[in-house]
Amino acid sequence: MKKLVASRMERCIGCHACSMACSMHVYRSLSWLSAGIRIRSTGGLSTGFEASHCMACMEAPCSSACPTGALEKRKGGGVRVKRDLCIGCGDCAPACPINAIYLDHDSRPYICIHCGRCVDYCPHDCLELVEVK
Amino acid sequence: MVVDLGLRKGHIQEFEGRDTHVGGTGLASLLYDKFGLFHEPWDHPDQPFILATGPLTGLFPLMSKTVSAFRSPYHDQYTESHAGGRSALAIRYSGLDAIVITGRAERLTCVVIGQGRLEFKDADYLRDFDVLKTGKIVRSMLSSSRGHRSILRIGPAGERLSSFACVNADTYRHFGRMGAGAVWGAKNLKALAILGGDGPLIHASREFRDLYRSIHDMVTTKEMLKKYHDLGTPANLKKLNELKSLPWRNLQQTSSPEIDSISGERFAESYLLRNMACAGCPVGCVHIGYVREKFKQDHRYFFRQVAYDYEPIFAVGTMLEVTDPADTLRIMDEVEKVGLDVMSTGVALAWATEALEKGIITLEETMEPLSFGDGSAYIKAVWHLGLGANRFYSLLAKGTMAAAKEYGGEDFACVLGQEMAGYATGEVFFASQSNSFRHSHLDAGAYSYDQKHAERDLQAALDFLIQDECKRTLLNSMVVCLFARAVYTDEVLADCLDAAGFQEISRSMDSLGKDITGYRWQTRFRTGYEPGTVKIPRRFLEIETWKGKIDEPFLERLRSAYANRLKELYSE
Repeated sequence: MKKLVASRMERCIGCHACSMACSMHVYRSLSWLSAGIRIRSTGGLSTGFEASHCMACMEAPCSSACPTGALEKRKGGGVRVKRDLCIGCGDCAPACPINAIYLDHDSRPYICIHCGRCVDYCPHDCLELVEVK
Repeated sequence: MVVDLGLRKGHIQEFEGRDTHVGGTGLASLLYDKFGLFHEPWDHPDQPFILATGPLTGLFPLMSKTVSAFRSPYHDQYTESHAGGRSALAIRYSGLDAIVITGRAERLTCVVIGQGRLEFKDADYLRDFDVLKTGKIVRSMLSSSRGHRSILRIGPAGERLSSFACVNADTYRHFGRMGAGAVWGAKNLKALAILGGDGPLIHASREFRDLYRSIHDMVTTKEMLKKYHDLGTPANLKKLNELKSLPWRNLQQTSSPEIDSISGERFAESYLLRNMACAGCPVGCVHIGYVREKFKQDHRYFFRQVAYDYEPIFAVGTMLEVTDPADTLRIMDEVEKVGLDVMSTGVALAWATEALEKGIITLEETMEPLSFGDGSAYIKAVWHLGLGANRFYSLLAKGTMAAAKEYGGEDFACVLGQEMAGYATGEVFFASQSNSFRHSHLDAGAYSYDQKHAERDLQAALDFLIQDECKRTLLNSMVVCLFARAVYTDEVLADCLDAAGFQEISRSMDSLGKDITGYRWQTRFRTGYEPGTVKIPRRFLEIETWKGKIDEPFLERLRSAYANRLKELYSE
């Protein structure tokens, strides 16, 4: 099982191509925010960028917080998102200790599912899928 | 979103016109038509400041720029200025196509738009704060949308209404030319934060995703774009120097053996710290230079991070004969902080230096012993200029010609409707900049045409200028970053428009380019522009390029013919 790691964010130029790729390929929409990976500056553009995304924790408190079973714990960490079970309650987002879940204005969650579609789009190879130990 | 600074209110308005005016440039002229005051000066409180995106903004790679439009303090006529940063995507993802700002705030104000917010924050305490500091403080005012918002702001130069004060966009990009900063200063608008959310959900079909992917691959591999990804625009410095087309020392020379000290290669080798991108662009052409400064004897340092490009290096490097990259970066940093357009600043100070040398002005005017090559004097002069420290600098801040008309020296004021861009390539460029819509090197690829054509064919040059402008106008309505113009051919653009649901536009692309060019020209004409009235100063006639001496009669015929053609084609 693999998980996404943003290994080389010191190279990030803030183009948001990764977010666009995820929103397009995984969530069938197009946005720099409604995506499993989101890019922020660490305190103004002069200080570099960080990637906010699910880190595939084994505990998956988001899954425990979900009242309908829409977030199923995944082997290797993180969750599988069953969108047709999601009722948009928004309880998963605050449960995440690293704020990796984005809720849109309908409270639908956008979570990284460690598929790696974003990796290829990064012009600077900031991202990679690594084998979970 | 239409915002009234005086009333501290705003509202959403919808307009017809997507199929005729498209967006960007076209939308801007439509909005000026609706909101602009044609018979009032630029600083009338009700004059609008317009920010416009296009139908493809944020949907495809390098649809990453915003068109601003306003009545300019420089010539009191309608103009545009374009910028990247995060502005385009922030506007798009806040659910808007455009923002129109009217009225004048009672007190210095910071406006916040987006994510369900419309706020007018008193910002008197930001008065005279430099551009970088202002950015930091506005960021700390706002807790939401970090990384997905755009912060536009002015510096002291804008507050003091310099005709070439700029609006900084997200630290490293600018609505640079034609004095947008002064328009904001006159409105008491210090900063505008646009919070981009997720916006309306756009369904990305298979067709769309495949198209996005193929364009993404093209922009990250195509030869023409590699240059921006690599050395960036500074790659052109050596090339133009070799062609004897790089302005040095107030255009006294068009090449210099000193070029290797200040070339793109030199910057990349020793001063390039990192790269950055505008949101929505994987090319990442922003090049950030690094200089450290000792401020105390016992090894106490601070550092500067300064975005550099071809034009800034020309303006405060070669044009001032400053050949130490560290010095040029320092000057650029101060220009950035005070909030002036770096191109106009360099040309203005180059004129002032020559004027001082020739004795038509004295130290009383310049306050610093300006001399070509002396970076430290220029660093101080930049602030005198931005703050309008004395009568001379207040006048110079209105434009180099404004100062030259008063003190003399019009012959060597390098102004072609606006302070020259960094290209002494020949007659086609000089005729182009002096007449063109924004008085910019970007209105048509004239400087590129000059480099490829030694023959002086008036008809061919004229046709090129007209057609190239129409092509660019279409791109500037989408809004494509012009660096990607080789990728966004008519075919690709049509595919994008179709995939995004704009079939009407994709069907009429040919005529739209011409039509929108017409709309924007008519808007400018209605604000008082007469093509052909800008005369070309003597200095431009005295230079020599790779083609030889400037052909004065050809230049005059071309300048005049171009002016006439514009009137013929675009007057109502």
